[in-house]
Amino acid sequence: MTGPEYEVVIVGAGPAGISAACVVAETGRDALLIDDNPSPGGQIWREQERHGSNWEAAHWLRRLQLYRVEVLRGATVIDGDPDKHAIVCETANSVSTIRYKKLILATGSRELFLPFPGWTLPNVMGAGGLQALVKAGMPISGKRVVIAGSGPLLLAVGAYLKKQGAHVLAIAEQASWARLARFGLGLPTQPYKLAEAVQLKRALFRVPYHAGAWVEAALGETVLERVRLSLSHRRWEAPCDYLAVGFGLVPNIELAATLGCKLSAGCVQVDPMQQTSASDILSAGETTGIGGVELSLMEGRIAGYSAIGDRLNAQWLFSDRERMRRFARRMQKAFALREELRHLPLEGTLVCRCEDVSYQRIAPMPGWRAAKLHTRCGMGPCQGRVCGPAAEFLFGWHCQSTRAPVFPARIDSLIGHKEE
Amino acid sequence: MSEPVYDVVIAGAGIVGAACAYACSREGLKVAVLERDFIGGGATAAGMGHVVVMDDSEAQFALTRYSQQLWQELASELPADCEYVRTGTLWVAADEEELIEVRRKHQFYSQRKVPSEILDSRSLDAAEPQLRTGLAGALFVKEDAVVYPPCVARYLLERSRDLGARVLLGKEVIRLDDEGAAFEDGTMMKGAVMVNAAGARAASLHPDLPIVPRKGHLLITERYPAFVHHQLIELGYLKSAHKSTADSVAFNVQPRKTGQLLIGSSRQYGMDSPEVDRSILSRMLARAGQYIPSLPGLSALRVWTGLRAATPDNLPLIGRCPGYRHVFAAAGHEGLGITTSLATARLLIDQLMSRAPAISSEPYSVQRNIAVHG
Amino acid sequence: MAELVWISIDESPVEVEPGTTVAAAILQSDTAGFRRSVTGEWRGPVCGMGICFECRVAINGQPHRRSCQAYCESGMVVRTK
Ligand SMILES: Cc1cc2nc3c(=O)[nH]c(=O)nc-3n(C[C@H](O)[C@H](O)[C@H](O)COP(=O)(O)OP(=O)(O)OC[C@H]3O[C@@H](n4cnc5c(N)ncnc54)[C@H](O)[C@@H]3O)c2cc1C
Ligand SMILES: Cc1cc2nc3c(=O)[nH]c(=O)nc-3n(C[C@H](O)[C@H](O)[C@H](O)COP(=O)(O)OP(=O)(O)OC[C@H]3O[C@@H](n4cnc5c(N)ncnc54)[C@H](O)[C@@H]3O)c2cc1C
Ligand code: FES
Repeated sequence: MTGPEYEVVIVGAGPAGISAACVVAETGRDALLIDDNPSPGGQIWREQERHGSNWEAAHWLRRLQLYRVEVLRGATVIDGDPDKHAIVCETANSVSTIRYKKLILATGSRELFLPFPGWTLPNVMGAGGLQALVKAGMPISGKRVVIAGSGPLLLAVGAYLKKQGAHVLAIAEQASWARLARFGLGLPTQPYKLAEAVQLKRALFRVPYHAGAWVEAALGETVLERVRLSLSHRRWEAPCDYLAVGFGLVPNIELAATLGCKLSAGCVQVDPMQQTSASDILSAGETTGIGGVELSLMEGRIAGYSAIGDRLNAQWLFSDRERMRRFARRMQKAFALREELRHLPLEGTLVCRCEDVSYQRIAPMPGWRAAKLHTRCGMGPCQGRVCGPAAEFLFGWHCQSTRAPVFPARIDSLIGHKEE
Repeated sequence: MSEPVYDVVIAGAGIVGAACAYACSREGLKVAVLERDFIGGGATAAGMGHVVVMDDSEAQFALTRYSQQLWQELASELPADCEYVRTGTLWVAADEEELIEVRRKHQFYSQRKVPSEILDSRSLDAAEPQLRTGLAGALFVKEDAVVYPPCVARYLLERSRDLGARVLLGKEVIRLDDEGAAFEDGTMMKGAVMVNAAGARAASLHPDLPIVPRKGHLLITERYPAFVHHQLIELGYLKSAHKSTADSVAFNVQPRKTGQLLIGSSRQYGMDSPEVDRSILSRMLARAGQYIPSLPGLSALRVWTGLRAATPDNLPLIGRCPGYRHVFAAAGHEGLGITTSLATARLLIDQLMSRAPAISSEPYSVQRNIAVHG
Repeated sequence: MAELVWISIDESPVEVEPGTTVAAAILQSDTAGFRRSVTGEWRGPVCGMGICFECRVAINGQPHRRSCQAYCESGMVVRTK
């Protein structure tokens, strides 16, 4: 297999990938950073390059430039061959094979979407999803938005949308006050660091925040018209333009799994040096577990040091990383999903949005693979990225069955990917 | 309380086991089906679902034609998710030499009353505009069809269940002998007749069965409705597919009812790992691209592999297993087990009931003198 | 300020700022839905990050393009449904 070779290739230009790339490039080694978005930044710093205001993001993006890290934009890694130390990258009109000595997978996470009646109506979106669309130019000013689901992301999104002029009618967090308090997150804003917490609180001034509350149904003929929430002792219903729902985050492990990395509990398994079970493949950031930006940056740096064989510098950071991981674990527990959410879908509620497969057709199946083969659930273009984690939650199945290509790819790209 | 004794105990709930269960249940026999995983999850899930008449040998023709007719009978009762569509097959001839083969095939089928028609270059263009221009022609075999096999297997077992059959999933048979089926935990299920329908694993129950895996790759695309209309296969396939030594690829594209395209095919010997072999995949797709120039621009959703249970003469093994009195095989269907499942079940039940079969079952007997086909 | 970009969405011209994704442009226009699901339901974008495939449209004649991952370029022809 031919193609350019780099000492370190990093997939994913979010905080983890960027910090890893900087560490490698600082020492003068050649690093290639690949991302499927048009600009680096990952989920949180997307659009930063164009009109960003976040100082931390600006700092890291500047370092990328300073150390002349080569960034391959708009390129999706669709496959790879670990035996040959090669990955295959598809862009809008080309395909290339890139070889590495060390590979760092920092493919981040996506939102967890759970089915409820009406969730397939247009204008029902992810929480991070709506935020991303607004960052990309979707008009939101003056629109009525209900935010629901779980986790600190709801607050970040609420604050952002409000700042963009949206009327945020309510934020519904499924975790109860009692649970949040038990894990030391009594204040809804506490999850983020103190300064951010204060900022968020200010930003969300006058936005009703309900804990122990969840969305029961999205209502509308062909598009969203109204939302119904279950609050602790009553129902709440209101007309709105957009419903933004996310139930937390799910690691993007598909590429790692395809390259043979071991997983555990839905995350890529890594050792203290961020090394995966596959030789010369490391992983960092939310691919290895959901933990927020700071942890992603930290893991990225450790992976960077690890990739260049600098154990000492990596070890310096272990204790900080451990502290952040402890915090992340506490967050995960605080925002654990409640049983009631399992009973939201009605018989006819679709679980698989690509193939339109309803709850009642999937429920009797003995497992994920059987459901795929007999109902087509998870067989559409999202390759089970949406319904897989949902089915895992709803039915307790193990929904991991990755197949090449990692993302739908042009047949061309699979032809081009050949041995010389 | 002891387990009841079944008339027929079938190991394997692939399409072959399912067809056998249905055929036996319909005779009023008490049937149990034991499946280590779930229904139709083996080769039945991996295959292409082309119901096709073949003419490599008289025996192959007899079995595929008989079975294809049984499919036509079954079609009317199949639920929608079985996706039965009578697409017909176009055997595509690239050049004059292959056109000679088209004519030979046409004659062969005509003599045996299989409806087929020769398309010249122009009518082929009109029938399938996505094919590259300048192909020599094709043979259109009209009664061939396409199905979605896992759902057919499930349907056949549902019907069997309605007739009293028991289907046990997650139940691995570790031994299948004259007494019955034995499980890991030391328990047994007794039967009067046992059927080994374990597909590519049949030989792990009965090592004497001359079955070796032959690996194949398939790719499925996004939905492109009406992109092609018939199952398309290059005639070169006949030259390459059944060589039992070298790896081979052939142009083989199937339109699914969903509007998706299923693209094959490859054959590799001596491989039983499920891993995608990127170089043969690339060759297979490049080959398809030579026939359909716009194909490389389409979006691929998934690639997978499957194992065909190949025998030395490419005919299945249907009948009593040597060394046993009550154990039968229904295995070794190579790349035609979807097609031949229904006929396999008929031949089996006719043997069990000591009836005269519709076609001679001799060529598929397990004890036949197997000549290596080449 | 950078020059605006003109694209066509279902034959109607739409003017957007550079750096706007096709999905955002469609949401700016009056177009109701992005696509019909396999059973004919209306669908629109969900994830905004290229993983749900609900925002698929045809761009310059190419079907199944994720509009949330494509940036508007002058003269682009977009078709929904
Ligand atoms: C939709 C969404 C919105 C979020 N919004 C916020 C927020 O407002 N505030 C906040 O504090 N946290 C937010 N988070 C959480 C935050 O993103 C994470 O804590 C942090 O960014 C994780 O960093 P990372 O580097 O691990 O991954 P990411 O930032 O997720 O970066 C991974 C990158 O890899 C790319 N990628 C993945 N697979 C491939 C592939 N095969 N080929 C090429 N590229 C690939 C992705 O497109 C992405 O750019 C959000 C998360 C999501 C999913
Ligand atoms: C790539 C490819 C393309 C193909 N295309 C076509 C085509 O177009 N047309 C066609 O007619 N045929 C095609 N075939 C062939 C066809 O798929 C097979 O011949 C057919 O599915 C075989 O069915 P089966 O029931 O014998 O085996 P399987 O479907 O493999 O079923 C065997 C079952 O037995 C179970 N089992 C195994 N061991 C045990 C045990 N010890 N205890 C309990 N259960 C056990 C397995 O889990 C499995 O479910 C293709 C095959 C491949 C690989
Ligand atoms: S909105 Fe999910 S892929 Fe575009």
